Amino acid sequence: MMHGSRLSPLSRRSLLISTAALLVAGTAARARTITQGMPWEPGTASPPLQVRAGPWMFFTPDEAATVEAAVDRLIPPDESGPGGKDAGCAVYIDRQLAGPYGVGAGLYLHPPFMPGAASQGYQSPDMPAVRYRAGLAAIADYVKSSFAGKSFHDLAAADQDKVLSGLETGAIKPKGINGAGFFALLLQNTQEGFFADPVYGGNRDMAGWKMVGFPGARYDYRDWVERHNEKYPLPPVSIMGRSDWTVKE
Amino acid sequence: MARKLPRKDVVIVGLGWTGSILAYELAKQGLDVVAIERGPWRDTATDFPPGYAQDELRYGVRLDLFLRPQQETLTVRNNMTQTALPIRRFSGFLPGNGVGGAGVHWNGQTWRFLPSDFNLRSHLEERYGADKIPADMTIQDWPVTYDELEPYYDRFEKLAGISGKAGNLNGVKQAGGNPFEGWRSSEYPTPPLKQNYGSALFAEAATKLGYKPFPRPSGNISEAYTNPLGVTMGQCTYCGFCERFGCGNYAKASPQVCVLPALMRLPNFSVQTESEVTRVNLDSTGKRATGVTYVDTSGEEWEQPADIVLVCAFSLFNVRLMLLSGIGKPYDPVTGKGVVGRNYAYQTTSGVSMILKDKALNSFIATGSGGMMIDEFNGDNFDHKDLGFFGGGYMGSGQTGARPITTMPVPKGTPKWGAQWKKAAAETYNSGYGISTHGSSYSYRDCYLDLDPTYKDHLGRPLMRMTFDFKDNEIKMSQFLTDRLAEIAKALDPVEMTASPRKGPWNSTIYQTTHNTGGTVMGADPETSVVNRYCQSWDVSNVFVPGGASVFPQNHGYNPTGTVGALAYWTADAIKNRYLKNPGPLV
Amino acid sequence: MMNRSLLAAVVFGSLTSSALAQDPQSFDRVERGRYLSILGDCAGCHTAPGGASFAGGLALDTPFGKLVAPNITPDRETGIGNMTDDEFVATLHEGRGHNGRRLYPAMPYPAYTKMSEDDVRSMRAYFKTLQPVRNEVVSNQLPFPLNIRLAMVFWNWLNFTPGRFQPNPQKSAAWNRGAYIVEGPAHCGTCHTPKTLLGGDKTAMPLVGGTLQGWFAPDITTDTRKGIGAWSKEDLAQYLKTGVNSFTLASGPMSEAITHSTSQMNDEDIAAIATYLKDSGVGGNSAKPTPIAASDNAMRAGAAIYKDNCAACHRDSGTGDTGLFPKLAGSALVQSDDPTTLAHVVLSGTRAVSTVGAPTAPAMPAFDWRLNDAQVAAVLTYIRNSWGNAAAAVPAGAVADQRASLTKTP
Repeated sequence: MMHGSRLSPLSRRSLLISTAALLVAGTAARARTITQGMPWEPGTASPPLQVRAGPWMFFTPDEAATVEAAVDRLIPPDESGPGGKDAGCAVYIDRQLAGPYGVGAGLYLHPPFMPGAASQGYQSPDMPAVRYRAGLAAIADYVKSSFAGKSFHDLAAADQDKVLSGLETGAIKPKGINGAGFFALLLQNTQEGFFADPVYGGNRDMAGWKMVGFPGARYDYRDWVERHNEKYPLPPVSIMGRSDWTVKE
Repeated sequence: MARKLPRKDVVIVGLGWTGSILAYELAKQGLDVVAIERGPWRDTATDFPPGYAQDELRYGVRLDLFLRPQQETLTVRNNMTQTALPIRRFSGFLPGNGVGGAGVHWNGQTWRFLPSDFNLRSHLEERYGADKIPADMTIQDWPVTYDELEPYYDRFEKLAGISGKAGNLNGVKQAGGNPFEGWRSSEYPTPPLKQNYGSALFAEAATKLGYKPFPRPSGNISEAYTNPLGVTMGQCTYCGFCERFGCGNYAKASPQVCVLPALMRLPNFSVQTESEVTRVNLDSTGKRATGVTYVDTSGEEWEQPADIVLVCAFSLFNVRLMLLSGIGKPYDPVTGKGVVGRNYAYQTTSGVSMILKDKALNSFIATGSGGMMIDEFNGDNFDHKDLGFFGGGYMGSGQTGARPITTMPVPKGTPKWGAQWKKAAAETYNSGYGISTHGSSYSYRDCYLDLDPTYKDHLGRPLMRMTFDFKDNEIKMSQFLTDRLAEIAKALDPVEMTASPRKGPWNSTIYQTTHNTGGTVMGADPETSVVNRYCQSWDVSNVFVPGGASVFPQNHGYNPTGTVGALAYWTADAIKNRYLKNPGPLV
Repeated sequence: MMNRSLLAAVVFGSLTSSALAQDPQSFDRVERGRYLSILGDCAGCHTAPGGASFAGGLALDTPFGKLVAPNITPDRETGIGNMTDDEFVATLHEGRGHNGRRLYPAMPYPAYTKMSEDDVRSMRAYFKTLQPVRNEVVSNQLPFPLNIRLAMVFWNWLNFTPGRFQPNPQKSAAWNRGAYIVEGPAHCGTCHTPKTLLGGDKTAMPLVGGTLQGWFAPDITTDTRKGIGAWSKEDLAQYLKTGVNSFTLASGPMSEAITHSTSQMNDEDIAAIATYLKDSGVGGNSAKPTPIAASDNAMRAGAAIYKDNCAACHRDSGTGDTGLFPKLAGSALVQSDDPTTLAHVVLSGTRAVSTVGAPTAPAMPAFDWRLNDAQVAAVLTYIRNSWGNAAAAVPAGAVADQRASLTKTP
């Protein structure tokens, strides 16, 4: 059916995106009755929006400098390709924290919050945005007092590594936070940024995928499934494409 | 005060596999059917098209297709002495949400249980002696036999276009198929999938060790196929985005792909989406359901009267709805009395990870239900006499894709970050390899589901509480299976390997499977079951739980969907051929 | 050779006309009228989706503005309850409605004029039996000066030739029955015959394809490259009955024609249409242009775009899968001169028709969010010049125009 109340494809999409965002919060979806055929509206799609470069949306400049320095130690630049900073991992984390992920949208946040066994999972009311704000502040205080008033991003790489491993092992316990827990979160988010689709701001130029040889958002390997032990030949592709899609003038 | 809607013949809670099969069968019969689904409408081209379906962050990590814990979750604990705490973010198992249910985001692994699984307790007692079964193990025989269910397995497989190779056609063993499977009345509807390199290597090694590997029966199908409803499916492209993802090219069996196009044409069927059923309503005698009450997204409450109520939600939520509606007596683990919530079981999985020498595995070329399997160590296919445990599972090359956020193997001893990690990740990604076991989980007196005394959902109703742990029997079984798997791994001559048999305590944060079974168990005795052999409530005869995994008396060494689908058809036939002619208890 | 009046009787299906003449509301006549309303696809325009049957349709976008198909139930105030039988005949045969008001040719009276009077009166008999539905429809939403119905006198003078269908005694009864349905009630040319600037048929080019409502209604002449020359009669019949054959799946406006009309036609009439279309005397073998070289820049980009966006369904080979993904290799529509439909489905997506025989109704997703105009043009140019296909490159501007028209809110 091509009839029907048709929104323009573009406005329809932005509606869907805002719905998706709110869906996480569980409020915007509208109950409806569907009968007599499979519904269909032209132009319906809810792709992710490409993260644009630009000002930080969550981090303060100081926080951003620390996170950029940290992601570049977690994934350092080397001959195989860029590190976490140039791959956009900090941008990725910034945009994630500014969005539904940051506030733990959709999670179960009813009290009481009680500590439990490890097998029962995360039981704190603090969601990622709060944890980053507190974690970065506590690390800044720790570094300032342990390294003569310096900031994390001013430290030499070896000292940055010392701080990071100290957090990881629990040897360093910044005041007011669970250092090891925060480190695990930061590492998890950094690696997400490095390997998630570039549409989310990290994995710039598909650097993470190129490094390991993952072909990205492809959808058809019928021609290669039985070509055993032969390296897959095509370059990775992002949700928003690859350079070969551009018509050369 | 709920607003009352016009009466329907049938109201269905949840429009996933069982809901859509029952809806089609009964609406085709001429009954007026409405399904109430708490999630949104979902369809291939609009919700997971090949342009963005393959988004690991959105679907694989942020779990976009799944139920939000905010809407419903449950509390968990490992034993009765602990205080249960809520799962605030799903990760150990992942309940689905929306039209299609788990049928949208599953892997497509579509097995039948073994004939001896259906009479498990009597079979074990006969072969090994009743005294060999642990006292707290509450396994019981199914109230149906494999022979009775066979035609219904066949129907579900034909609905879903399952790809595979028969190992036993009407009792005659077939080369290339699973020699241990129960008899099949017909070959699989579509031929087996192609195998990627890792699976070919596994098959080679398993054959060398004397096993009989066979292609896993798959709901991601090997060639275009038109099912008996006239609906056409596409060919799997081995894109490696099945588990947690919707399929963008109609190749993965799902209610959307296999049932809804035919179902939605029927004018006497409708679905009410984004509407959550809060209870099944009973009349003053408590013996008859009058319909259901649901709440839509604006908070408005509606009453949908109906002659028949079909509880077709995800297995855990079937149990909770029965508890909240007061249908059947809640189970008490102290006295062992009561039935609703009894015999909750899970799945006992394990794996062996390896790094292979000089291999380009291209494990990103995969499908959720591809792979080569062996079944020598499933169920009672092997002698348990001196093993100290019962049960078993299949094992094989089960990698469902190498999506890089969640699959980034590095050699043992590699730091978790920094220059060494980066180098190791780059070098190992294409030669890291995992194989796995998929084992049974038997039921126990103190593994059960009930309502939580503390935590409530967004509507103020108590959450369900899960009390579960792996028992000695399962841990020994997993050790045994993993040892056998490790022998096969060794035959692949890996650079290094790590075997990880399942250990307790069960951890709700580590993904294992979403095969949560039991709680509204089917059985021959109302003292130990919630529904009879036709999946009909013993207590309220116009309520059926048609084949969700909640009716499994225990869980066996296979994925549940094949049996869930078979039971859905089995129940549909019982309603059509028996109940409608003579409404009332069928047993 | 069949006797001419017998032939006419077969064509118009009026072997029992003497009996019908006696009782204008006989069951047989009403039933025949019901079937003719299917052949005529009346519901396609006069029934809104989800609305009461024949109580008025949705706004039809014409190149000149919006028209809404009126309520044709027998309601006296808002329907056609006040219309006399003769006025009904004049409506279909001459485009003159109640009280002689002239109709806009969105009502396909230039085709219906070919129907026999007996058939038209049968249709009338059927419409009289419908439940009257009160539903006020403002039909005319055209801008000045087209909103002046008198302008239609001028239009008719230029474009409209009234007159009944004349059977061709040289052809078989089936051929003549097919021709009658195609040219008369089924009004295929309304979409498939290109239009003059004034919206009249280009009568010298029947059925070579036309553009309307953002879709290109394809060439259905016997041209082997651009038309349906490569389809067998059985392929055609299967398409009309189910919306699907081994070449393609119907979507867009043809979905409606199949849902309301062709899928409900009887097998003899479908076979007759196929017989006629395979021997319509129009369509030659248009010369195949030289395909654009694979080394062309648009072709190279198009190949990459195709591999990454399209191949998962339409396959590297462009062969698709019957019943799900249309075959692009060798497709007449893909190689048609007018790429409107191609750009439309890539930008907005489309859903195939669902019929009893082929319920699947797979959908093509929208790609407007992913591909810019140059990329859509490149991938279209690629599919039009691969696997043996050959057709002119699609300019990015054509895609931009299509995008703009799709983005316009109605």
